[in-house]
Amino acid sequence: MSVGTVLVIGGGISGITAAVEAAEAGLEVVLVERGPWLGGHVARYHRYFPKLCPPRCGLEIDLRRLRQARGIRCHTSTEVRRLSGGPGAWRAHLEHGGRGVTESCTGCGACAGVCPVSGPDEREFALARAPALRMPPPLAWPAQPAVDEASCTGCGACLAACQLGALAPKAPPTTSEIVVQAVIFATGWEPPEASRFEGLGFGTHPDIVTNLMLERLCAADGPTAGRLVRPSDGGSIRSVAFVQCAGSRDEQHLRHCSAVCCMATLKQARYLREQYPEAEIHVFAIDLRAPGRGELFLAEIERDAKFFVHKGKVARVEPDPASGLLAVEAEDVLAGQRRRREVDLVVLATGMAPTSGADPLPGGLKRDASGFLLPSQAEAGLFACGCAARPSDVAGCTRDAAGVVLRALQACAQVRHG
Amino acid sequence: MDKPAVFLCGGCGLGDALDLEALRKRIARDKGAGGCSIVPCLCGELGRAAITAAVAANSRGLVFGACSARELAGAFAVEGCHVERVALRELCAWSQPPRTEDTQLLAEDLLAMGLARAQKATVPVPIAVEVARSVLVVGGGPAGMAAALGAARAGYEVDLVEVRDGLGGYLADFSVLTPQAAPFRDLEPCDLPEWITAVRSEPRIRVHLPARIQRIAGEPGAFEVDLEVAGTPQRLRAGAIVQATGWRPYHSSRLEHLGAGRSPDVLTGLDLERMLGTGPLRRPSDGRFARRVAFVLCAGSRDPAHLPWCSGVCCAASLKQALRIRELDPEASCYVLYRDLRTPGVLEEFYRRAQEDPGLFFARGEVAGVEVAPTGLRLALQASTLGDEVALEADLVVLATGMVPVAADGEAIRRLRDARALIARGEQGPQREAAERTVTDLAGHEGSEILNLAYRQGPDLPVLEHGFPDSHFICFPYETRRTGIYVAGCARSPCGLDEARRDGEGAALKAIQCLELCARGLAVHPRWEDPTVPEFHLPRCTQCKRCTEECPYGALDEDAKGTPQPHPTRCRRCGTCLGACPERIVSFPDHSVTMVSAMIKAVGIPDEFEDKPRILAFLCENDALPALEAAARRRVRWSPYVRIVPVRCLGSVNVVWIADALARGFDGVLLVGCPSGTDTQCHNVRGSELMATRGENVRQKLQQLALEQERVRLAELTIADQERLPALIDAFAAEIQALGPNPFKDA
Repeated sequence: MSVGTVLVIGGGISGITAAVEAAEAGLEVVLVERGPWLGGHVARYHRYFPKLCPPRCGLEIDLRRLRQARGIRCHTSTEVRRLSGGPGAWRAHLEHGGRGVTESCTGCGACAGVCPVSGPDEREFALARAPALRMPPPLAWPAQPAVDEASCTGCGACLAACQLGALAPKAPPTTSEIVVQAVIFATGWEPPEASRFEGLGFGTHPDIVTNLMLERLCAADGPTAGRLVRPSDGGSIRSVAFVQCAGSRDEQHLRHCSAVCCMATLKQARYLREQYPEAEIHVFAIDLRAPGRGELFLAEIERDAKFFVHKGKVARVEPDPASGLLAVEAEDVLAGQRRRREVDLVVLATGMAPTSGADPLPGGLKRDASGFLLPSQAEAGLFACGCAARPSDVAGCTRDAAGVVLRALQACAQVRHG
Repeated sequence: MDKPAVFLCGGCGLGDALDLEALRKRIARDKGAGGCSIVPCLCGELGRAAITAAVAANSRGLVFGACSARELAGAFAVEGCHVERVALRELCAWSQPPRTEDTQLLAEDLLAMGLARAQKATVPVPIAVEVARSVLVVGGGPAGMAAALGAARAGYEVDLVEVRDGLGGYLADFSVLTPQAAPFRDLEPCDLPEWITAVRSEPRIRVHLPARIQRIAGEPGAFEVDLEVAGTPQRLRAGAIVQATGWRPYHSSRLEHLGAGRSPDVLTGLDLERMLGTGPLRRPSDGRFARRVAFVLCAGSRDPAHLPWCSGVCCAASLKQALRIRELDPEASCYVLYRDLRTPGVLEEFYRRAQEDPGLFFARGEVAGVEVAPTGLRLALQASTLGDEVALEADLVVLATGMVPVAADGEAIRRLRDARALIARGEQGPQREAAERTVTDLAGHEGSEILNLAYRQGPDLPVLEHGFPDSHFICFPYETRRTGIYVAGCARSPCGLDEARRDGEGAALKAIQCLELCARGLAVHPRWEDPTVPEFHLPRCTQCKRCTEECPYGALDEDAKGTPQPHPTRCRRCGTCLGACPERIVSFPDHSVTMVSAMIKAVGIPDEFEDKPRILAFLCENDALPALEAAARRRVRWSPYVRIVPVRCLGSVNVVWIADALARGFDGVLLVGCPSGTDTQCHNVRGSELMATRGENVRQKLQQLALEQERVRLAELTIADQERLPALIDAFAAEIQALGPNPFKDA
């Protein structure tokens, strides 16, 4: 017996958690994800802080819950085009398409390697190219390939490989409609465009990377099979500079503190140390924010003799022609002067911008000055959770998802009892 | 029940890799099989029709030789049947060379193993539990009130228990709050009165205060709670529990170097909170206006000598207090002395607002000490933005002390009690000495009980580290090691007001899930909806207490003799008890010592070694098995001599299986579980650790059998070790080959 139906928009860690928590609480769930696979950002991370454990471990349990749950319908490669109706009965207009692979696909892999064209792999932040017919990443769900619309030429070379006739590149999208009592926006975040950060040099040199790119450079399923090297020449790394608040706490870009970049940098410092026992690690930060038990993680890495924290904001990153390295120029607030340091690799700790959506938002849902959704319009049965509502680490998202499901449960109870 | 029907799938490359017809004939010959048929694509329409027909013909056991149980869970779940998924696709077709004798033998063995289990498995009947659809919330602070209101508004009865004589916790002392909502700039009036009204007027909430918990017995769905409310005993029933017992400030008495206790003008943040009512702030010492107020952030925090963690909220709280002081007295100035100003997330807006205030001065540095002089207070600042060694005068010093969780360490209390009991019995010798050491070490836990659980493993939740009673704080933050009891707010981790309230609601949701699943007789996380319950064949029990000691969830109590008393709804079905029991008395309907022994027996051991050893591998089904299947998806190959038994957790491996395997002629046994330690990734907390401690048993067994110790290997890998696991299997197979055949082969 169902107590109501909830639509969860977004299949990242917040949306997955919200969906399984809701199903376990007896709600019917429709989970909609724009991309071809569930997992969002976390599915691309090498490890979580502070336990340095692989994200797939927790995801695997959640996806198992999701696969087994009778009450969850999951639509990937699907977008919510519009919400109509109103409180008590929201009508969601779904558009399914773009995957180029039908439901009859069994994930047998016979089509792997047959696609003759390739394009930049967005999953790898263009650190690698991939065939237009993309195979699912390890342990991804659904375990079916997907066609990259941008690079597929529609040549049809893949069609013969599939005995089940499950490939349909360039097939037109289909639509459907559902009616739900509550909607959870778990639309997450996206990295800001780092090339816009004046002076930080992103895009001018391949060894200036973002923190998300570094995750891929360390991940076993990433473009270097987990070997952390300089993207420019595949060389080893003797020194690295982490540039904190790259675009965050900055009224020109992200007004807010993204809340996770400091911990992410400390975690990435550990990645570096594992592969390079002697490398110098320099962190440039206005404030190093490692709240809660994150502090214990910071204290541990501070014992490292070649880990240095410089208090101050980075003003400029540029190639140094003489040394062939990258020069980082930063203010040193304690000494009251600017200092310059040369390193092999620069990592920009870019933050979280809320995923933009089709405004105006339904039912009076609003955004704050940074663009995050205000947490709830409880009377309307509309709720935001995870990084759609505020910058948050994974633990914050999984907690928030459970709390928001309680709100959805209340909204459904209200509809039932009038 | 009829014999299990076996279906072989020919899709996804299975038909190319295996001689399916030969396989079918081989299985059909098995007396235990109720027929074996090949379907070109088992998940297609034909397959579904064949399965439906078999069920109609009264098959209650189904064996699918197709893809992994990770795939198509819905399509292959058949109501009222035991379904055995044999992953021929991942473990043969994708990871072994096609059409070889070894691959074919592997497929035969895997199918025979699946069939052996299916023959013995029964279809579980969920237990019937009469569930109290009410939640007990322990703690009437912000997290507890949010949990209570949240559960009540979702339609559940709530008993809210608070030890003090009023609701709200420390919030009762607050006049203003840090901004809770956009634009996150302005101080907000304290909203506690509205919250109290909401809780008090909610008909589904019964507030008990001042109240203490005398005892909680029973299990999820049916906890029996004995309270003492204002001196009067009271009994109630609850289906699940939220512990929101909050925090206490770090003892400022230990911060003498910062002036604490040496001058009435050195206060903690909480002291100051009570003085921020109306009118300008005055010095407690002489009643004069406090015009220069210095805030020392991280006072006793981020400090291994005091609290090693950061409480995460003191920075914003100090900014709030400074702004409030300025509101009440525009002539006052406030200095904020910090190491790192931590206002994460959208609270950056509030920090920006504070920086705009001309009366707030920020200085980064270390406060080395506070000197109490007759004229006032002098702070010594080191390595600061004001200079290397600077002194700062102030009328009032506010120490922003951190948060200590209010939670009791149930396991420590139990060890203390056990040690006391041993001494009281008059035991002598080394045992007594150890007990006396325990009493000295753990004396601080005396009288710290909160829940007073009548559990064999202790009266409160076990803690993971630093006194925080959680277990998997990233992925499954509300989980504790006591089923049906969820922790919220600052008892779980230091947090601010908004987070504590949202946390309360999250924990309330988990409590609701738990009692609803109990009502259906089903398990909670991590084997959500599992309808099986372990059965204990007690007449054979020898009261060794291994199961009651090792259960990660405290599901088993003991009677006076030490016989286990199971509490089915506390059980998470991890099977640790099954692994622990030397008498093999614990069984699940679909998983038991006998079933796995039958699987081991079903493997064909070649008469002669011929460089083709047989290795048995127990793989954790949560991490190691998916890692191996992911390798298979990339067509990584590994030794064809390994026969895999997926297990719920490495803690559920009974050493008798290892002995069985070696006695039967297996040449080696491999066990792969999740990393242990503080950053444990085992979903059942310490499966690998338990297996390691049982290792001693295994070593003795090997010695008795005069076998090399190297024949049994325990490894810890994560789900990300998709490269390492096949390599580890191959390396182990090579070592076993080098060791030569198990001499028991001929026996």
